Amino acid sequence: MAKYSLSINGKKFSIEAEPDTPLLWVIRDYVGLKGTKFGCGMALCGACTVHLDGEPIRSCSTPVSTLKAANRITTIEGISANTDHAIQKAWIEAQVPQCGYCQSGQIMSAVALLKSNPNPNDEDIDAAMSGNICRCGTYPRIRKAIHRAADLIKESGNTTGK
Amino acid sequence: MSFETNHTSRRDFLKISGKTSALLAIGFSLPIAGKAEEIKKLDTSALSMGLELNPYILISDEGKITLFNARPDMGQGTYQSLPLLLAEELEVTLDQVEIRNTDGQGKYGSQLSGGSSSIRTRWMPMRKAGAAVKEMLIKAAAKKWNVSEAECYAEKAKVFHKPSGKSYTYGELVEEASKLEVPKDPKIKDPKDFKLLGKSVPRPEIPSKVNGTAVFGIDSNVPGMLFVSIERSPTILGKVISFDGSEALRIKGVKHVIKTERKMPHRAVEAVAVVADTYWAALKGRRALKIKWDAEGSDKISTDKYFENLRELAKTEGFEYKDDKAGDFAKAFGESAKKVEAQYETPFLAHAPLEPENATVWVQGDKVEIWAPIQGPDGLIPQVAGYLNIKPENVKINVPFMGGAFGRKAYNDYVMEACHVSKQIKAPVKVIWTREDDMTQGPFRPGMLNAFQGAFDAKGALTAYNHKIVGGSIQHQVFGNPLKNVPDDWAGEGSGLGDSPYEIPNRRQSFHLAETDIPIVWWRSVYASTNAFGHESFIDELAHSAGMDPLAFRLNLLADSPRFSRVLQKLAQKSDYHQKLPENKAIGIAIARSFATIAAHAVTVSKQGDGVKIEKVVSVIDCGMTVNPDNIKAQTEGNIVMGITAAIKNGITIKEGKTEQTNFHEYNVLRMTEIPAIEIYVVDNMEAPGGVGEPGLPPIAPALCNAIFNLTGKRIRTLPFDIDKIV
Repeated sequence: MAKYSLSINGKKFSIEAEPDTPLLWVIRDYVGLKGTKFGCGMALCGACTVHLDGEPIRSCSTPVSTLKAANRITTIEGISANTDHAIQKAWIEAQVPQCGYCQSGQIMSAVALLKSNPNPNDEDIDAAMSGNICRCGTYPRIRKAIHRAADLIKESGNTTGK
Repeated sequence: MSFETNHTSRRDFLKISGKTSALLAIGFSLPIAGKAEEIKKLDTSALSMGLELNPYILISDEGKITLFNARPDMGQGTYQSLPLLLAEELEVTLDQVEIRNTDGQGKYGSQLSGGSSSIRTRWMPMRKAGAAVKEMLIKAAAKKWNVSEAECYAEKAKVFHKPSGKSYTYGELVEEASKLEVPKDPKIKDPKDFKLLGKSVPRPEIPSKVNGTAVFGIDSNVPGMLFVSIERSPTILGKVISFDGSEALRIKGVKHVIKTERKMPHRAVEAVAVVADTYWAALKGRRALKIKWDAEGSDKISTDKYFENLRELAKTEGFEYKDDKAGDFAKAFGESAKKVEAQYETPFLAHAPLEPENATVWVQGDKVEIWAPIQGPDGLIPQVAGYLNIKPENVKINVPFMGGAFGRKAYNDYVMEACHVSKQIKAPVKVIWTREDDMTQGPFRPGMLNAFQGAFDAKGALTAYNHKIVGGSIQHQVFGNPLKNVPDDWAGEGSGLGDSPYEIPNRRQSFHLAETDIPIVWWRSVYASTNAFGHESFIDELAHSAGMDPLAFRLNLLADSPRFSRVLQKLAQKSDYHQKLPENKAIGIAIARSFATIAAHAVTVSKQGDGVKIEKVVSVIDCGMTVNPDNIKAQTEGNIVMGITAAIKNGITIKEGKTEQTNFHEYNVLRMTEIPAIEIYVVDNMEAPGGVGEPGLPPIAPALCNAIFNLTGKRIRTLPFDIDKIV
């Protein structure tokens, strides 16, 4: 066991865990944020995607020991206070989720995409989203919602998406 | 077919509603003095007989309205659609109510999400339940105002007196209403007056699914619970000879290493469970286990051998489905001028819902409480009660959202397993399957072989058609149905005479049972997915053999089936079927009826190197009257994606008793980069509602393969195939 100081969604957490514990289980079972999901355990499906300093990572394959107190970790619960990030608004408008299980990961990948590329074309979307599996097959709506979110951000002039 | 036995016909409904007038047990939880006895009366005596329609609607005196959803939601949309049936007739909107899932109690009737049955079976009962409560509330208001009921109407959870404009909220009326007799045959709305049904109303749970707050089974949390990972026999047959948990127990956090079992319906498999205070510790402990397995017999089990057996069985006569209108296939085939034959094979498949199987269970003496993603809580109660040898009323089930299921979560092995562990260690446990567990352990969609013969007479008319369905029987394995000398009555879904209306005077269909130790189960659309691939590919082969356009050939055979013809004609129009395509593109079509809904797809493919690219899928779905057209589109999109995955990505293969695919790198599914343009058209008509969750899947593989034939001349008869290597 070792002690770790983590910053998740702007809050500090002090965690005692085995060094090889994946960030996923730290987030879910130590911190108690359940929006980040377990899907494959091998960074193949993207259900566990969170942001590390703004970049999407697979938390199921990120040992807690690789993180530093200065790292900013963001989970689905941290992207907006009132479910009003442009991506979330677009997701609701397009009625993207079916079962919804993969959507936290999809949304985290999409938020990161729009941050680095506010006006993605279909190829950009393919490249950014192909690591996220949706077994229900919501891909056409995800694509549509990402384009819509890009428009919403442009209209609002607020590039943070909030 | 259907594993749903609660087919509520109109006649059934009248019977039920007569018996259970008290559905209005508007009874609610009214803490009003003097009411308790009456509520009790409503709740038990009137409702205790037979299948009940009952407290789907709760209204408190403060006006809080709760609507119950009796079909667990795995993404198909029942969390909205069933309450919407109530809401339409009750005159409330979903933002005025709280929705709760039912808990498996018998008073809610069948609660199995399966067989695309939820709306088909609940369409009238739920609407009548809503209408009856509305009538009582109106009557109560009229009484309080001392006016005629005819002067009153309900809207947005209030009853209004038209002439005066006065109103009462439902909460203000509930006490008065609960004293009234329940109308036996409440008037339901004319569909032209629907405010909610047939409109694309946004699903109420969507916000919770974009902000991380939706609670899935895996998110269940019970204070003091321990985490469990289980090492099950790596081969299909396997027994624990011995195990050594000492290294596992040395891992920090590991509390117990115990022998357990995975109880499937047809047999139990031995296993060793590692129980720890974190899931990671349980996983590490599992890796440190040393188990000696006796795998005797497993080396003889392989999917290759299974399919070899199917090819032998296809040479037999099998057991014939009886049908008076079937004519005489053997005679017509013998006398025919031209004969065509072909066989099609479809693989075993894993469901691979993105939320792996999991269950949180707390066995306490003769009681158990369960929190798990399950498709059928009502069926789980007697299973668990029997397994733990406790009373059914001591089984409490909590139904969260399922992170996908596709049939897998109507097979309760993972819940029983958690019961077994919790009982032994006397603590609440959460068992989580790894992806590898999910993919390698099954149960799987059974591999199937569909063999066809067709024949034309001298004038070129299709006069004879034979379809042999060869493979495992789900009900034989899961329910122990012996199937002695009879065909499997589920296995014809999507292609039997009831589902395929092609007019061919002499038809035969038979089932050829292949016994197998490989665990099998229903997988989205069950046998319809495998049947339709063969049936609609073979119809296409017959069209080409007759030198006819496949659409015209089908329409010729559908002269007396206007509903099918209209779907095909609409498909032709929307897909621009008759346009001249460039050399490197072609279109193919297929149509299938399953779960009382007709779905047809037109797939456009283009040449891409040695393979083909799926450019576009245009679909027409006729499921009769609709609840939420946008959700019908969503389900059909999903069916297309899952059906293409099943056609061109890995199947499940088993060698020496071991599954060869372990995770998404070996069992690939379609990703964003591979999605064609998809257009869905929902037919608007007044036919009885059909299923939606599955019918879009069966016709996609044959439409794709028919398109590939039109483009390349290569006929694909075995799934899966490599779409990048066609020529």
